[in-house]
Amino acid sequence: MVVAERKPIEEILAMVADYRKILLVGCKGCVTVCCAGGTKEVGILASALRIARKKEGKPLEVVEHTLERQCDPEYIEQLAPMLEGDGIEAVVSMACSVGPQYIAKRYVIPVYPALNTTFIGGSLEHGVWAEYCQACGNCIIHHFGGLCPISRCSKSLMNGPCGGSANGKCEVSPEIDCVWHLIYDRMKELGQLDKLRQVFPARDWSTSRDGGPRKIVREDLKL
Amino acid sequence: MKAGSNLEKVLTSGHFALTGELGPPRGANVEVIRKKAAFLRDKVDSINVTDNQTSVVRMSSLAVCKLLVDMGLEPNLQMVCRDRNRIAMQSDLLGAYALGIRNVLCLSGDHNKFGDHPQSKNVFDLDSMQLLAMVKKLRDEGRMLSGQECDGVPKFFIGAAANPFGDPFEFRVTRLAKKIDSGVDFVQTQCIYNMDKFRTYMKMAHEEGLTEKCFILAGITPLKSVGMARYMAKFVPGLEVPDYYIERLKGVEKNKQAEEGIKIAVEQIQEVREMPGVAGVHLMAIEWEERVPEIVEAAGLLPRPSVN
Repeated sequence: MVVAERKPIEEILAMVADYRKILLVGCKGCVTVCCAGGTKEVGILASALRIARKKEGKPLEVVEHTLERQCDPEYIEQLAPMLEGDGIEAVVSMACSVGPQYIAKRYVIPVYPALNTTFIGGSLEHGVWAEYCQACGNCIIHHFGGLCPISRCSKSLMNGPCGGSANGKCEVSPEIDCVWHLIYDRMKELGQLDKLRQVFPARDWSTSRDGGPRKIVREDLKL
Repeated sequence: MKAGSNLEKVLTSGHFALTGELGPPRGANVEVIRKKAAFLRDKVDSINVTDNQTSVVRMSSLAVCKLLVDMGLEPNLQMVCRDRNRIAMQSDLLGAYALGIRNVLCLSGDHNKFGDHPQSKNVFDLDSMQLLAMVKKLRDEGRMLSGQECDGVPKFFIGAAANPFGDPFEFRVTRLAKKIDSGVDFVQTQCIYNMDKFRTYMKMAHEEGLTEKCFILAGITPLKSVGMARYMAKFVPGLEVPDYYIERLKGVEKNKQAEEGIKIAVEQIQEVREMPGVAGVHLMAIEWEERVPEIVEAAGLLPRPSVN
Protein backbone atom coordinates (compact mmCIF):
# COMPACT_ATOMS: atom_id res chain seq x y z
CA MET A 1 0.00 0.00 0.00
CA VAL A 2 0.92 3.66 -0.23
CA VAL A 3 2.32 4.65 3.13
CA ALA A 4 2.01 8.24 4.29
CA GLU A 5 2.43 10.22 7.46
CA ARG A 6 0.86 13.41 8.66
CA LYS A 7 2.75 16.66 8.29
CA PRO A 8 3.61 18.48 11.52
CA ILE A 9 0.68 20.49 12.86
CA GLU A 10 2.69 23.75 12.57
CA GLU A 11 3.08 23.24 8.84
CA ILE A 12 -0.64 22.60 8.36
CA LEU A 13 -1.54 25.59 10.54
CA ALA A 14 0.68 27.80 8.40
CA MET A 15 -1.06 26.54 5.25
CA VAL A 16 -4.51 27.49 6.51
CA ALA A 17 -3.50 30.62 8.43
CA ASP A 18 -5.52 32.92 6.17
CA TYR A 19 -8.77 30.93 6.14
CA ARG A 20 -11.81 30.95 8.42
CA LYS A 21 -13.53 27.86 7.11
CA ILE A 22 -11.99 24.78 5.55
CA LEU A 23 -13.01 21.30 4.45
CA LEU A 24 -10.80 18.54 5.83
CA VAL A 25 -11.12 15.43 3.68
CA GLY A 26 -9.90 11.98 4.67
CA CYS A 27 -9.54 8.82 2.58
CA LYS A 28 -10.63 5.29 3.47
CA GLY A 29 -7.93 3.73 1.29
CA CYS A 30 -4.25 3.12 2.02
CA VAL A 31 -3.89 6.04 4.42
CA THR A 32 -6.59 4.60 6.65
CA VAL A 33 -4.68 1.31 6.78
CA CYS A 34 -1.45 3.07 7.73
CA CYS A 35 -3.32 5.27 10.23
CA ALA A 36 -2.41 8.55 8.57
CA GLY A 37 -5.59 9.90 6.99
CA GLY A 38 -8.77 7.96 7.77
CA THR A 39 -11.92 9.12 9.57
CA LYS A 40 -10.20 8.92 12.96
CA GLU A 41 -7.23 11.00 11.85
CA VAL A 42 -9.54 13.57 10.25
CA GLY A 43 -11.26 13.97 13.63
CA ILE A 44 -7.97 14.31 15.50
CA LEU A 45 -6.50 16.85 13.08
CA ALA A 46 -9.74 18.86 12.93
CA SER A 47 -9.76 19.16 16.74
CA ALA A 48 -6.10 20.07 16.87
CA LEU A 49 -6.57 22.81 14.27
CA ARG A 50 -9.65 24.21 16.01
CA ILE A 51 -7.90 24.31 19.40
CA ALA A 52 -4.73 25.90 18.03
CA ARG A 53 -6.68 28.58 16.17
CA LYS A 54 -8.91 29.28 19.16
CA LYS A 55 -5.78 29.89 21.22
CA GLU A 56 -4.60 32.37 18.60
CA GLY A 57 -7.94 34.16 18.83
CA LYS A 58 -8.68 33.40 15.18
CA PRO A 59 -11.22 30.56 15.30
CA LEU A 60 -11.26 28.12 12.39
CA GLU A 61 -14.32 26.27 11.23
CA VAL A 62 -13.40 22.78 10.06
CA VAL A 63 -15.91 20.68 8.12
CA GLU A 64 -14.95 17.00 8.36
CA HIS A 65 -15.56 14.42 5.68
CA THR A 66 -13.97 11.15 4.62
CA LEU A 67 -14.32 9.71 1.14
CA GLU A 68 -14.20 6.07 0.14
CA ARG A 69 -11.16 6.90 -1.97
CA GLN A 70 -9.61 10.11 -3.24
CA CYS A 71 -7.87 8.52 -6.21
CA ASP A 72 -11.12 8.13 -8.12
CA PRO A 73 -13.14 10.98 -9.73
CA GLU A 74 -16.38 9.24 -8.83
CA TYR A 75 -15.76 9.80 -5.13
CA ILE A 76 -14.24 13.27 -5.55
CA GLU A 77 -17.57 14.25 -7.16
CA GLN A 78 -19.27 13.66 -3.80
CA LEU A 79 -17.59 16.80 -2.43
CA ALA A 80 -19.54 19.02 -4.84
CA PRO A 81 -22.50 19.82 -2.54
CA MET A 82 -20.10 20.80 0.25
CA LEU A 83 -17.97 23.02 -1.93
CA GLU A 84 -20.80 24.81 -3.68
CA GLY A 85 -21.93 27.81 -1.67
CA ASP A 86 -21.11 26.65 1.82
CA GLY A 87 -18.47 29.31 2.48
CA ILE A 88 -15.60 26.85 2.43
CA GLU A 89 -12.45 28.75 1.47
CA ALA A 90 -9.97 25.90 1.11
CA VAL A 91 -9.65 22.11 1.16
CA VAL A 92 -7.09 20.18 3.18
CA SER A 93 -6.71 16.62 1.98
CA MET A 94 -5.63 13.76 4.19
CA ALA A 95 -4.89 11.35 1.34
CA CYS A 96 -1.73 10.42 -0.49
CA SER A 97 -0.84 13.22 -2.90
CA VAL A 98 -3.18 11.83 -5.56
CA GLY A 99 -6.11 13.05 -3.44
CA PRO A 100 -5.31 16.77 -3.31
CA GLN A 101 -4.36 16.67 -7.01
CA TYR A 102 -7.71 15.10 -7.92
CA ILE A 103 -9.60 17.64 -5.82
CA ALA A 104 -7.64 20.49 -7.41
CA LYS A 105 -8.40 19.10 -10.86
CA ARG A 106 -12.14 19.04 -10.20
CA TYR A 107 -12.74 22.22 -8.14
CA VAL A 108 -11.55 25.81 -8.39
CA ILE A 109 -10.50 26.16 -4.77
CA PRO A 110 -7.10 26.14 -2.99
CA VAL A 111 -6.12 22.60 -1.94
CA TYR A 112 -3.47 21.68 0.62
CA PRO A 113 -1.88 18.32 1.47
CA ALA A 114 -1.95 17.33 5.13
CA LEU A 115 0.14 14.22 4.55
CA ASN A 116 3.57 13.43 3.23
CA THR A 117 3.28 10.48 0.86
CA THR A 118 6.26 8.44 1.83
CA PHE A 119 6.59 5.08 0.08
CA ILE A 120 5.03 1.86 -1.09
CA GLY A 121 5.46 -0.54 1.75
CA GLY A 122 4.04 -2.91 4.23
CA SER A 123 3.51 -3.08 7.93
CA LEU A 124 6.26 -4.78 9.93
CA GLU A 125 4.46 -4.65 13.26
CA HIS A 126 1.82 -2.47 14.83
CA GLY A 127 2.84 1.12 14.14
CA VAL A 128 5.85 0.27 11.99
CA TRP A 129 5.90 0.40 8.20
CA ALA A 130 8.77 -0.14 5.78
CA GLU A 131 9.45 0.46 2.11
CA TYR A 132 9.35 -2.60 -0.13
CA CYS A 133 8.76 -1.19 -3.59
CA GLN A 134 9.84 1.77 -5.66
CA ALA A 135 7.31 1.17 -8.41
CA CYS A 136 10.07 0.91 -11.02
CA GLY A 137 7.60 -0.64 -13.43
CA ASN A 138 9.47 -3.84 -14.23
CA CYS A 139 9.57 -6.24 -11.32
CA ILE A 140 12.71 -8.35 -11.00
CA ILE A 141 12.43 -9.72 -7.48
CA HIS A 142 12.19 -13.31 -8.70
CA HIS A 143 15.90 -13.12 -9.55
CA PHE A 144 16.69 -12.20 -5.99
CA GLY A 145 14.77 -14.66 -3.87
CA GLY A 146 11.73 -12.44 -3.79
CA LEU A 147 13.54 -9.46 -2.30
CA CYS A 148 13.86 -6.11 -4.06
CA PRO A 149 17.35 -4.63 -4.39
CA ILE A 150 16.00 -1.56 -6.20
CA SER A 151 13.94 -0.33 -3.28
CA ARG A 152 15.71 -1.98 -0.38
CA CYS A 153 19.40 -1.45 -1.23
CA SER A 154 20.40 2.14 -0.47
CA LYS A 155 22.27 2.27 -3.78
CA SER A 156 19.82 0.12 -5.79
CA LEU A 157 22.68 -2.21 -6.67
CA MET A 158 21.82 -5.15 -8.89
CA ASN A 159 24.97 -7.23 -8.67
CA GLY A 160 25.65 -7.80 -5.02
CA PRO A 161 26.49 -5.88 -1.90
CA CYS A 162 28.77 -2.86 -2.01
CA GLY A 163 31.91 -2.71 0.09
CA GLY A 164 30.05 -1.07 2.96
CA SER A 165 27.97 -4.08 3.95
CA ALA A 166 29.01 -5.31 7.38
CA ASN A 167 27.41 -7.73 9.83
CA GLY A 168 24.30 -7.83 7.70
CA LYS A 169 23.77 -4.09 7.96
CA CYS A 170 23.85 -1.29 5.40
CA GLU A 171 26.64 1.29 5.40
CA VAL A 172 24.04 4.03 5.60
CA SER A 173 22.83 3.00 9.05
CA PRO A 174 23.08 0.08 11.45
CA GLU A 175 19.27 0.30 11.61
CA ILE A 176 18.98 -0.83 7.98
CA ASP A 177 19.35 -4.46 6.98
CA CYS A 178 21.65 -4.94 4.00
CA VAL A 179 19.14 -6.39 1.54
CA TRP A 180 22.00 -8.02 -0.34
CA HIS A 181 22.88 -9.95 2.77
CA LEU A 182 19.25 -11.04 3.05
CA ILE A 183 19.23 -11.95 -0.66
CA TYR A 184 22.41 -13.99 -0.23
CA ASP A 185 21.03 -15.88 2.79
CA ARG A 186 17.72 -16.53 1.05
CA MET A 187 19.32 -17.78 -2.17
CA LYS A 188 21.58 -20.02 -0.13
CA GLU A 189 18.54 -21.42 1.68
CA LEU A 190 16.84 -22.01 -1.65
CA GLY A 191 19.97 -23.65 -3.08
CA GLN A 192 20.06 -21.01 -5.81
CA LEU A 193 23.30 -19.18 -5.08
CA ASP A 194 24.44 -19.87 -8.64
CA LYS A 195 21.71 -17.52 -9.86
CA LEU A 196 23.51 -14.64 -8.19
CA ARG A 197 26.64 -15.44 -10.18
CA GLN A 198 25.15 -13.98 -13.35
CA VAL A 199 25.79 -10.34 -14.18
CA PHE A 200 22.68 -8.20 -14.40
CA PRO A 201 23.19 -5.62 -17.16
CA ALA A 202 22.40 -1.92 -16.99
CA ARG A 203 18.74 -1.51 -16.27
CA ASP A 204 16.13 0.06 -18.51
CA TRP A 205 14.68 2.73 -16.23
CA SER A 206 12.19 3.94 -18.82
CA THR A 207 9.49 1.93 -17.06
CA SER A 208 10.33 3.83 -13.91
CA ARG A 209 9.77 7.48 -13.07
CA ASP A 210 12.40 8.43 -15.63
CA GLY A 211 10.04 7.61 -18.45
CA GLY A 212 7.83 10.54 -17.43
CA PRO A 213 4.42 10.23 -15.75
CA ARG A 214 3.30 6.66 -16.33
CA LYS A 215 -0.07 5.54 -17.59
CA ILE A 216 -1.80 2.19 -17.89
CA VAL A 217 -4.57 1.67 -20.41
CA ARG A 218 -6.69 -1.47 -20.11
CA GLU A 219 -8.83 -1.57 -23.23
CA ASP A 220 -10.80 -4.50 -21.80
CA LEU A 221 -11.98 -2.35 -18.92
CA LYS A 222 -12.85 0.77 -20.87
CA LEU A 223 -16.53 1.55 -21.31
CA MET B 1 48.00 -3.90 -24.74
CA LYS B 2 44.47 -2.73 -24.20
CA ALA B 3 45.19 0.87 -23.37
CA GLY B 4 48.96 1.17 -23.19
CA SER B 5 48.99 2.96 -19.85
CA ASN B 6 52.10 2.80 -17.71
CA LEU B 7 50.19 0.80 -15.10
CA GLU B 8 49.15 -1.73 -17.71
CA LYS B 9 52.73 -2.01 -18.99
CA VAL B 10 54.16 -2.51 -15.50
CA LEU B 11 51.60 -5.18 -14.66
CA THR B 12 51.70 -7.06 -17.94
CA SER B 13 55.48 -7.17 -17.89
CA GLY B 14 55.31 -8.95 -14.55
CA HIS B 15 56.55 -6.23 -12.23
CA PHE B 16 55.07 -5.81 -8.77
CA ALA B 17 52.98 -2.69 -9.36
CA LEU B 18 52.52 0.19 -7.01
CA THR B 19 49.73 2.73 -7.25
CA GLY B 20 49.16 5.76 -5.09
CA GLU B 21 46.24 7.94 -4.29
CA LEU B 22 45.60 11.63 -4.36
CA GLY B 23 42.57 13.22 -2.75
CA PRO B 24 41.62 16.50 -4.51
CA PRO B 25 41.08 19.60 -2.37
CA ARG B 26 37.73 20.88 -1.16
CA GLY B 27 38.15 23.94 -3.30
CA ALA B 28 39.87 25.19 -6.41
CA ASN B 29 43.42 25.29 -5.04
CA VAL B 30 45.69 23.83 -7.71
CA GLU B 31 48.72 24.18 -5.44
CA VAL B 32 47.39 21.33 -3.28
CA ILE B 33 47.52 19.05 -6.31
CA ARG B 34 51.04 20.11 -7.26
CA LYS B 35 52.29 19.61 -3.72
CA LYS B 36 50.71 16.18 -3.25
CA ALA B 37 51.73 15.06 -6.73
CA ALA B 38 55.35 16.00 -6.07
CA PHE B 39 55.53 13.46 -3.24
CA LEU B 40 54.24 10.73 -5.53
CA ARG B 41 56.45 11.50 -8.53
CA ASP B 42 58.67 8.50 -9.45
CA LYS B 43 57.39 6.67 -6.36
CA VAL B 44 54.31 5.02 -7.85
CA ASP B 45 53.30 3.73 -11.29
CA SER B 46 49.95 5.47 -11.41
CA ILE B 47 48.03 7.85 -9.16
CA ASN B 48 44.37 7.25 -8.34
CA VAL B 49 42.41 10.47 -8.15
CA THR B 50 39.39 10.03 -5.93
CA ASP B 51 35.94 11.08 -7.11
CA ASN B 52 34.29 13.11 -4.35
CA GLN B 53 35.34 10.51 -1.81
CA THR B 54 33.10 9.99 1.22
CA SER B 55 30.53 11.97 -0.79
CA VAL B 56 32.22 15.27 0.04
CA VAL B 57 32.43 17.81 -2.78
CA ARG B 58 35.99 18.14 -4.04
CA MET B 59 37.71 19.31 -7.19
CA SER B 60 36.64 17.03 -10.03
CA SER B 61 38.62 13.84 -10.51
CA LEU B 62 38.67 14.43 -14.26
CA ALA B 63 40.16 17.90 -13.89
CA VAL B 64 42.80 16.72 -11.42
CA CYS B 65 43.72 13.80 -13.69
CA LYS B 66 44.31 16.27 -16.50
CA LEU B 67 46.53 18.37 -14.23
CA LEU B 68 48.55 15.23 -13.48
CA VAL B 69 48.85 14.40 -17.18
CA ASP B 70 50.20 17.92 -17.73
CA MET B 71 52.74 17.32 -14.96
CA GLY B 72 53.92 14.18 -16.74
CA LEU B 73 52.33 11.84 -14.21
CA GLU B 74 49.97 8.97 -14.88
CA PRO B 75 46.52 9.28 -13.36
CA ASN B 76 43.89 6.68 -12.66
CA LEU B 77 40.49 8.31 -12.99
CA GLN B 78 38.09 7.19 -10.28
CA MET B 79 34.46 7.32 -11.28
CA VAL B 80 31.52 6.70 -8.96
CA CYS B 81 27.94 5.85 -9.92
CA ARG B 82 26.45 7.95 -7.14
CA ASP B 83 26.49 11.33 -8.88
CA ARG B 84 25.94 10.81 -12.59
CA ASN B 85 23.75 8.84 -14.92
CA ARG B 86 25.06 6.85 -17.86
CA ILE B 87 24.88 9.83 -20.21
CA ALA B 88 27.08 12.00 -18.02
CA MET B 89 29.47 9.15 -17.27
CA GLN B 90 30.02 8.23 -20.90
CA SER B 91 30.49 11.87 -21.78
CA ASP B 92 33.12 12.23 -19.04
CA LEU B 93 34.83 9.03 -20.17
CA LEU B 94 35.13 10.25 -23.75
CA GLY B 95 36.44 13.57 -22.49
CA ALA B 96 38.89 11.87 -20.15
CA TYR B 97 40.36 9.85 -22.98
CA ALA B 98 40.67 12.95 -25.15
CA LEU B 99 42.64 14.57 -22.34
CA GLY B 100 45.13 11.72 -22.20
CA ILE B 101 43.70 9.70 -19.31
CA ARG B 102 44.16 5.96 -19.81
CA ASN B 103 43.14 4.25 -16.54
CA VAL B 104 39.63 4.23 -15.07
CA LEU B 105 38.54 2.81 -11.74
CA CYS B 106 34.82 2.00 -11.64
CA LEU B 107 33.11 2.35 -8.27
CA SER B 108 29.61 2.48 -6.81
CA GLY B 109 30.60 5.31 -4.48
CA ASP B 110 29.90 5.96 -0.84
CA HIS B 111 26.29 6.83 -0.16
CA ASN B 112 25.66 10.58 -0.22
CA LYS B 113 24.33 10.42 3.30
CA PHE B 114 27.90 10.50 4.62
CA GLY B 115 29.05 13.60 2.83
CA ASP B 116 28.65 17.33 3.03
CA HIS B 117 25.45 17.35 0.96
CA PRO B 118 23.28 14.65 2.49
CA GLN B 119 20.21 16.45 1.10
CA SER B 120 21.35 15.77 -2.47
CA LYS B 121 19.49 13.49 -4.83
CA ASN B 122 21.70 10.52 -5.65
CA VAL B 123 21.66 8.77 -8.98
CA PHE B 124 22.91 5.15 -9.01
CA ASP B 125 21.62 4.70 -12.56
CA LEU B 126 24.29 2.00 -12.97
CA ASP B 127 26.07 -0.09 -10.37
CA SER B 128 29.85 -0.46 -10.45
CA MET B 129 29.60 -3.75 -12.36
CA GLN B 130 27.47 -2.16 -15.06
CA LEU B 131 29.79 0.85 -15.21
CA LEU B 132 32.83 -1.26 -15.91
CA ALA B 133 30.92 -3.26 -18.51
CA MET B 134 30.06 0.06 -20.14
CA VAL B 135 33.72 1.16 -20.19
CA LYS B 136 34.64 -2.20 -21.73
CA LYS B 137 31.98 -1.82 -24.39
CA LEU B 138 33.28 1.64 -25.25
CA ARG B 139 36.81 0.28 -25.51
CA ASP B 140 36.34 -3.12 -27.13
CA GLU B 141 33.32 -2.50 -29.34
CA GLY B 142 33.73 1.24 -29.84
CA ARG B 143 30.08 1.54 -28.92
CA MET B 144 28.15 3.33 -26.28
CA LEU B 145 25.72 1.56 -24.00
CA SER B 146 22.97 2.57 -26.43
CA GLY B 147 24.77 0.80 -29.26
CA GLN B 148 25.72 4.09 -30.90
CA GLU B 149 29.12 3.90 -32.53
CA CYS B 150 31.86 6.11 -31.06
CA ASP B 151 33.61 8.61 -33.31
CA GLY B 152 37.02 7.84 -31.81
CA VAL B 153 37.34 4.89 -29.45
CA PRO B 154 38.49 5.45 -25.84
CA LYS B 155 41.02 2.79 -24.91
CA PHE B 156 41.05 2.43 -21.15
CA PHE B 157 42.76 0.07 -18.74
CA ILE B 158 39.76 -0.83 -16.60
CA GLY B 159 39.86 -1.11 -12.85
CA ALA B 160 37.44 -1.94 -10.09
CA ALA B 161 37.49 -2.15 -6.33
CA ALA B 162 36.99 -5.20 -4.16
CA ASN B 163 36.37 -5.34 -0.47
CA PRO B 164 37.38 -8.73 0.92
CA PHE B 165 36.00 -7.73 4.32
CA GLY B 166 32.46 -6.79 3.42
CA ASP B 167 29.70 -9.23 4.24
CA PRO B 168 28.65 -11.80 3.29
CA PHE B 169 32.29 -12.89 3.05
CA GLU B 170 31.58 -15.94 0.87
CA PHE B 171 29.97 -13.75 -1.76
CA ARG B 172 33.00 -11.49 -2.08
CA VAL B 173 34.90 -13.86 -4.35
CA THR B 174 31.75 -14.40 -6.43
CA ARG B 175 31.45 -10.65 -6.80
CA LEU B 176 35.06 -10.47 -7.92
CA ALA B 177 34.30 -13.19 -10.50
CA LYS B 178 31.35 -11.13 -11.73
CA LYS B 179 33.58 -8.09 -12.11
CA ILE B 180 35.98 -10.19 -14.16
CA ASP B 181 33.09 -11.38 -16.34
CA SER B 182 32.13 -7.74 -16.80
CA GLY B 183 35.57 -6.88 -18.11
CA VAL B 184 37.84 -5.72 -15.33
CA ASP B 185 41.60 -5.61 -16.00
CA PHE B 186 42.83 -4.73 -12.54
CA VAL B 187 41.38 -4.67 -9.07
CA GLN B 188 42.37 -2.57 -6.09
CA THR B 189 41.18 -3.78 -2.72
CA GLN B 190 39.84 -1.95 0.29
CA CYS B 191 42.46 -1.19 2.99
CA ILE B 192 43.70 -4.46 4.39
CA TYR B 193 44.54 -4.90 8.06
CA ASN B 194 43.15 -8.36 8.74
CA MET B 195 45.89 -10.29 6.96
CA ASP B 196 44.50 -13.74 7.75
CA LYS B 197 41.14 -12.95 6.22
CA PHE B 198 42.78 -11.41 3.18
CA ARG B 199 44.95 -14.49 2.78
CA THR B 200 41.82 -16.67 2.83
CA TYR B 201 40.18 -14.39 0.27
CA MET B 202 43.20 -14.51 -2.02
CA LYS B 203 43.41 -18.28 -1.66
CA MET B 204 39.76 -18.61 -2.70
CA ALA B 205 40.27 -16.22 -5.62
CA HIS B 206 43.44 -18.04 -6.65
CA GLU B 207 41.80 -21.47 -6.50
CA GLU B 208 38.97 -20.22 -8.71
CA GLY B 209 41.56 -19.06 -11.23
CA LEU B 210 40.55 -15.45 -10.83
CA THR B 211 44.07 -14.20 -10.18
CA GLU B 212 44.99 -15.39 -13.68
CA LYS B 213 42.25 -13.28 -15.18
CA CYS B 214 42.95 -9.90 -13.63
CA PHE B 215 45.65 -8.12 -11.67
CA ILE B 216 44.91 -7.75 -7.97
CA LEU B 217 46.52 -4.90 -6.08
CA ALA B 218 46.28 -5.10 -2.30
CA GLY B 219 45.10 -1.91 -0.64
CA ILE B 220 47.37 -0.62 2.10
CA THR B 221 46.67 2.42 4.25
CA PRO B 222 49.27 3.41 6.83
CA LEU B 223 47.83 4.13 10.28
CA LYS B 224 48.87 7.52 11.63
CA SER B 225 47.90 6.92 15.22
CA VAL B 226 45.97 4.66 17.55
CA GLY B 227 43.11 7.15 17.22
CA MET B 228 42.97 6.59 13.46
CA ALA B 229 43.13 2.82 13.95
CA ARG B 230 40.19 2.96 16.35
CA TYR B 231 38.26 5.23 14.02
CA MET B 232 38.83 2.91 11.05
CA ALA B 233 37.80 -0.09 13.14
CA LYS B 234 34.66 1.53 14.46
CA PHE B 235 33.32 3.87 11.84
CA VAL B 236 34.43 2.75 8.39
CA PRO B 237 31.85 0.25 7.16
CA GLY B 238 33.24 -2.98 5.82
CA LEU B 239 36.73 -2.46 7.21
CA GLU B 240 38.39 -4.62 9.84
CA VAL B 241 41.28 -3.48 12.03
CA PRO B 242 42.35 -6.33 14.31
CA ASP B 243 42.97 -5.54 17.98
CA TYR B 244 46.64 -6.43 17.79
CA TYR B 245 47.38 -3.40 15.62
CA ILE B 246 45.48 -1.16 18.03
CA GLU B 247 47.40 -2.68 20.95
CA ARG B 248 50.69 -2.30 19.12
CA LEU B 249 50.09 1.38 18.42
CA LYS B 250 48.87 1.95 21.96
CA GLY B 251 52.12 0.46 23.19
CA VAL B 252 54.31 3.22 21.76
CA GLU B 253 54.55 6.87 22.75
CA LYS B 254 52.14 9.20 21.03
CA ASN B 255 54.81 10.99 19.00
CA LYS B 256 56.16 7.68 17.76
CA GLN B 257 52.85 6.19 16.67
CA ALA B 258 53.18 7.56 13.13
CA GLU B 259 56.54 5.81 12.72
CA GLU B 260 55.04 2.60 14.07
CA GLY B 261 52.14 2.96 11.63
CA ILE B 262 54.58 3.26 8.77
CA LYS B 263 56.46 0.20 10.00
CA ILE B 264 53.20 -1.74 10.04
CA ALA B 265 52.43 -0.63 6.47
CA VAL B 266 55.87 -1.72 5.28
CA GLU B 267 55.43 -5.13 6.95
CA GLN B 268 52.02 -5.47 5.36
CA ILE B 269 53.40 -4.69 1.92
CA GLN B 270 56.03 -7.38 2.40
CA GLU B 271 53.39 -9.81 3.61
CA VAL B 272 50.98 -9.33 0.72
CA ARG B 273 53.89 -9.53 -1.73
CA GLU B 274 54.38 -13.13 -0.66
CA MET B 275 50.75 -14.06 -1.35
CA PRO B 276 50.08 -15.87 -4.62
CA GLY B 277 48.01 -13.77 -6.97
CA VAL B 278 48.84 -10.37 -5.51
CA ALA B 279 50.18 -8.36 -8.44
CA GLY B 280 50.91 -5.15 -6.61
CA VAL B 281 49.98 -2.72 -3.90
CA HIS B 282 47.61 0.21 -3.93
CA LEU B 283 48.99 2.58 -1.32
CA MET B 284 46.27 4.83 0.03
CA ALA B 285 48.02 7.27 2.30
CA ILE B 286 44.95 9.28 3.20
CA GLU B 287 46.00 12.94 3.49
CA TRP B 288 49.50 11.65 4.15
CA GLU B 289 50.99 11.74 0.66
CA GLU B 290 54.23 13.21 2.05
CA ARG B 291 55.04 9.94 3.80
CA VAL B 292 54.68 7.82 0.64
CA PRO B 293 58.34 8.13 -0.42
CA GLU B 294 59.70 6.66 2.82
CA ILE B 295 57.14 3.84 2.88
CA VAL B 296 57.95 2.87 -0.69
CA GLU B 297 61.67 3.15 -0.01
CA ALA B 298 61.47 1.06 3.19
CA ALA B 299 59.38 -1.56 1.38
CA GLY B 300 62.19 -1.93 -1.17
CA LEU B 301 59.99 -0.92 -4.07
CA LEU B 302 62.30 1.73 -5.54
CA PRO B 303 63.18 2.59 -8.19
CA ARG B 304 59.93 2.04 -10.04
CA PRO B 305 60.28 0.06 -13.25
CA SER B 306 60.44 1.85 -16.53
CA VAL B 307 58.61 -0.16 -19.22
CA ASN B 308 58.32 0.88 -22.81
